[in-house]
Parts: sequence; structure tokens; C-alpha cells
Amino acid sequence: MTKSELSAHISVRDLTMAYGDFVVMRDLTFEVGRGEVFAIMGGSGSGKSTLLRHMIGLLKPESGRVYYDGVDFTDADDEQRTQMLRKFGVMFQGGALWSSQTLAENVAFPLEEFTDLGEEDIRETVALKLALVGLRGFEDFYPAEISGGMCKRASLARAMALDPEILFFDEPSAGLDPVSARRLDELILELRDSLGTTVVVVTHELASIFAIADRAIFLDASTRRMGGLGDPKTLRGQTDNENLRLFLNRGMVGLQLSHDPATGAPFVVAPGRRKS
Amino acid sequence: MDTPTPSHDGDALTITREGDALWVRLRGPWTLMTGNRPLPTAVRTEVAQGGALPRIMRFDLTGVTEYDSALVSFLLNCHDICVATKTQFDFESLPVGPRQLLRLATAVPQVEDVRPRLARQNFLAQIGIWAQKEWAEALEVLQFLGDCTLALRRFFVGRARFRWSDVWLEMQHCGVDALPIVTLIAFLMGLILAYVGAVTLRPYGGLIFIANLVGLAMVREMASMMTGVLMSGRTGASFAAQLGTMKVSEEIAALRTMGLSPIEYLVLPRMIALFLMFPLLTLYANFVGMFGGLVVALTMGLSYSQYTLQITNAVDLTNFSVGLIKSFFFGIIVAVTGCLRGMQCGNSSAAVGEATTRAVVSGITWLVVADAIFAVIFNTLKM
Ligand SMILES: Nc1ncnc2c1ncn2[C@@H]1O[C@H](COP(=O)(O)OP(=O)(O)OP(=O)(O)O)[C@@H](O)[C@H]1O
Ligand SMILES: [Mg+2]
Repeated sequence: MTKSELSAHISVRDLTMAYGDFVVMRDLTFEVGRGEVFAIMGGSGSGKSTLLRHMIGLLKPESGRVYYDGVDFTDADDEQRTQMLRKFGVMFQGGALWSSQTLAENVAFPLEEFTDLGEEDIRETVALKLALVGLRGFEDFYPAEISGGMCKRASLARAMALDPEILFFDEPSAGLDPVSARRLDELILELRDSLGTTVVVVTHELASIFAIADRAIFLDASTRRMGGLGDPKTLRGQTDNENLRLFLNRGMVGLQLSHDPATGAPFVVAPGRRKS
Repeated sequence: MDTPTPSHDGDALTITREGDALWVRLRGPWTLMTGNRPLPTAVRTEVAQGGALPRIMRFDLTGVTEYDSALVSFLLNCHDICVATKTQFDFESLPVGPRQLLRLATAVPQVEDVRPRLARQNFLAQIGIWAQKEWAEALEVLQFLGDCTLALRRFFVGRARFRWSDVWLEMQHCGVDALPIVTLIAFLMGLILAYVGAVTLRPYGGLIFIANLVGLAMVREMASMMTGVLMSGRTGASFAAQLGTMKVSEEIAALRTMGLSPIEYLVLPRMIALFLMFPLLTLYANFVGMFGGLVVALTMGLSYSQYTLQITNAVDLTNFSVGLIKSFFFGIIVAVTGCLRGMQCGNSSAAVGEATTRAVVSGITWLVVADAIFAVIFNTLKM
């Protein structure tokens, strides 16, 4: 594939993900533009985290490739890969703060490793990042001493430390109170607008999907394929994938009873499975 | 309509055929606490046996006095039988409570091939699976050793990324903090060796030679071995637990996604720390052990100067170096097995416990194996 065809910031091509023999998703192809907020949606266990882990190189694709700025990330050599990884900021589902370090040390770590900033500059930057996520004054706390939601926010501060080009979030607002979740959404939009950061966010919070996502991909667990791709607001009205419609309408479409045309046997229609 | 032909009769369950309908009648209490509830197999047998498949399965639950999930799970089984035999399942004949629960339970159809659950395999297949697993594990270990070697090379050319502060911290944990327990064990080892020596040597009037025994045994074998076992149980286990927990909580993944190598950041400092501290601890254990022997010697009427003179004559530099050379390798063995098991850890808290156990077991095993190899080598070299 030539570089021009892959002009998007992130291009995923025919990605098939599997754990051993167990295929999670097949043939995912999508692109994420520069400065776009891209949501990965899907039910629990549909493979959202798995997709994220493939995009950041923690897992190797069964087949298919991931490109950043047209450069092959999947088969990049160590050096190239490290270079590309430096442009990422990742916030994991559980926070993944280094538990032996204080919040300040956690956030300072990437700054110390990858910049030549002096001690004072680093302290100031750390204070700013923690303040951005509402954790001012918690510098010297250890991850074990703060709540789960606070861990997530601290983890976001660490992910933002180097002002990365791409931010990956795994369920940022799960476990946050509505106000913090809302602030987080605003922060994400703010980062995108001020720094032009591309944001890839795994979420099943509808409110946040509609509030921040420019485009979204839906992982359909029943077919193990992409169930929809596009602006979630348009998808809601236009998709012909029943699972996705159900998802975007809070499952309000409802379960229905249907009859097997052959035997006349009644059965309950599962979401998106109007008798295959 | 045909006359009903009762084909199964129990107290709580009656199955009858009426034309192409199969009536399932339930009576009495249907709770988890009721003993001797009928099994759904009765229904399955009936469906399969009655010649032609029934077209529809109907239920009469009017006789049921009380119910809980026991009833619903029975009904779910019946539903599965219906799905398998393409029989119609008459939801409408159920009372509203069980019906709703059953609707919920059947709303999302069972996902096929969610996971290739390994069915019971025959013996050969089991051997094959076992061999594949072991082979994969062997490759994993080799990969880890290779990564460690590369990290060490980068360390020696000064290109490894890690923090010296981690090294100091680990040195404190595995060195200084271990002093009390090493002291105790080494002292007692010296004591025990001296008593064993006394039993054998006293009849020959060679009591003074317990100094030789204690000195040589400690310096050549016991000090490094006991330190090894202690470090394996103490430090190796804690390495495995630390790294395993970091793996479970995705801390290692976080490091990776920053483009930093967990081997360099986490394993290398621990290896360096143990590599440096282990020989020091062994050296220290040597002297404490000899001191333990001295205490016994004194109680048996030998004098301080006799004992020290004897021991300095018996233990020369060669003996010392035998113990020390081994201790460098033992340090690496403990560090590598501990870190390896930690990095191999699965994704659950149970896996962390397992990793810890495996770290200690394989640590001690490899210590003994290495010790045996060294015994042969030093014997050949006449050291
Ligand atoms: N390490 C693993 N080994 C084997 N299978 C796994 C592993 N991790 C996840 N899976 C399987 O892959 C599927 C997708 O998991 P994943 O964690 O990506 O789901 P998810 O969409 O992030 O769900 P959630 O919203 O609950 O976080 C699940 O069905 C799970 O059983
Ligand atoms: Mg997830």
C-alpha cells in the first residue's frame, strides 16, 4: 500500500484479533483523522480493550496492519517502534499507575525519561497536569491511598505528560461520578482543540459518545465484525445493524418475540438477531 | 383428541402426550432446598422416545406451591431441549413469573464457540497438548534469557535505560534487610556443623578438627547454598510477586507503551542488585557460621586461639574463591528465576500466587543443579 493511500493519522487495515484460537474480531478496517475524537464502542466483552491493545502494539495482530501517518507500526523494527510509541499517551482501564511511586513521580516519570527539563520545570509541569485532572495537592499520595476514579484521572495526567500526538483512553469515565465524567469529556475536547491531539477512546457511555466523538466504530460481538462506522449521531438513525441501534438507543428498542417461519416455534429475538 | 397416555409419573413431575403436544405437569414445591427434584433428563428421554417428535411442549404449573430458580433452571433445560429438537416451546402456558425470568434467560442466545473449551481428550491428544505447552514455555524462557542478555550487553556499553535509584533500593531490600535472617541461619548452621563434627571426631580425640569441618563446609558449600535458599524464598519470591502484580495491574503494559523496556527498567536493576549483594551476604555468612562453630568449640573445652589457628590453616583462599564464584552465579539464578516467573505471570491474583511459588521452586531447583555442576567442575580443576 502506498503512503498516499494511508494519509490518515491512524489507519487500521483488515485487522483480525485473536487470543490463540479464539478470534475476537475479524477484518476491521477504519481510519482516524488527525485531530479527530474517535470512539470505540461495543458491548462488554466485544473486544474494545483488545482493539486498543492492538493499536498501541501490546498485542500482535493475527493478521492485518496498523499504520500511523502511513508508516507501518505492526512490522516496525524496535527503534522505529519506540519512536512511534513516544508519541502516544495511554490511559488504561484500571489506571495502571506504578504503585511504588507517588502520583507526582508517576507523572514526572515520562518527563524525566524523555525530556531534558530541569527539576523545577518538571515539578511545575506535573502540578499543571494534575491540576488539569482535578488532583491538585495530591502530588505526594501513593496510588493505593486514593480512590479508583482518582487513579484513573492521575493516569490521564501521566498519559498527557508529554503532550502526545495521540491519546488512547480505555473507558475513561467508568467509575467516575457524573460531574467528573463531564469534566473529563470537556478536557478531552479541550486537548483536541488546543493541541490538535488525536483521541481514541474506548467507551460505552452514550452521553460521552454523543458529546465528544466525531466518529465511532462499533464492534458487534455477535458477528465478530465491525457493526458500524461513522458519526454516532447519524449512525443512531441510519444504521441497519440492529445491535448498534440497540446500543445507541440504550437498548430501548426492546426485546421482541418472534416465530420461526418453519416450525412456528416462538422465540425471543436477541438484540440484532432477527432470525438469521 | 387421543386419550392422554401418562408416560412418566413422579410426584413432582408428570409428562403426558396429548396428540402432538407434550404436557409437562409440575406439582408441589420447586425450590433449591427441596430434595429429590426430578431431572430434566426425564423430559429429554420422553421427547426422544415417544416415536414422533412432539410439535409443542406445554406446561401445567398449577400444582406448584412455591418456586425459585430451581424451577426456572428446569424450564431453561426444557427450553434447550426444545431448541435442539426444533420443538415449539409454549411460553404462554407458563405463569407470568417464571415466564419472564425464562424470557430473560433466553433473550441472548448462547454464543457458540465463545471459547474452544477443551473437550475431554484422549490420552495421545493430552500428551500432544502437554508437549506443545512445554515447548511454548521453553521458548518463552529462552526469549526471556535472550532479552536479559541483550539488556546486560546494553548495560555494559552504557546504553541501558534504567534508574540507579532502583538499584540502590533493591540492594537495600535484598541485601541490608536480609542481614538479620542470614545472621541467624548462618550462625545456626555453624552450630549444627560443629555438633555433627563433634559426634564423629570426639571418639578419635580429634575434636580440634571441627574447626576444619565448620570452616570448609561453610566456605565451600553451606554459606552460599543457605544464602541461596534464603534469597530465593525472600527476594526471588518478592521479585515474582512484584512483577506479577505489576503485570496484572497493567503497570508493565504502561511502561511498554512509553517505549521503555520492562526488562531494562524492572529486571536489570534487580539482577544488578542481587549480583552485587549475594556474594557480600555469602561472605558475611561465612564468618557468622565460623563464629557459630567457635561457640560450640568453646563449650567443648577448645580455646579461642586453637580454633582460629586451626581454621585459618584449614581454609585457604582457594576454598574462599570456590564459595564466592558460586555465589555470583547463585545471585543471578535467584534474580532471573524470580523475574522470569513474575514476567510470565497471568492476569489474575491467583496467578501472582502461582508465580511466587514457581519462582521459589525453580529458584531452589536451579541452585542445587548449579551447585552440583560446580562440584564437578571444581573437582576436575582440583580446587
Ligand atoms: N488475555 C486473554 N486471553 C484470552 N481471552 C481474552 C483475554 N483477554 C480478553 N479475552 C477475551 O476477549 C474478549 C474481548 O475482551 P476485551 O477485554 O477486549 O473486552 P472489552 O470490549 O474491553 O470489554 P469491557 O467493556 O468489559 O472492558 C472477551 O470475550 C474475553 O473473553
Ligand atoms: Mg475493556
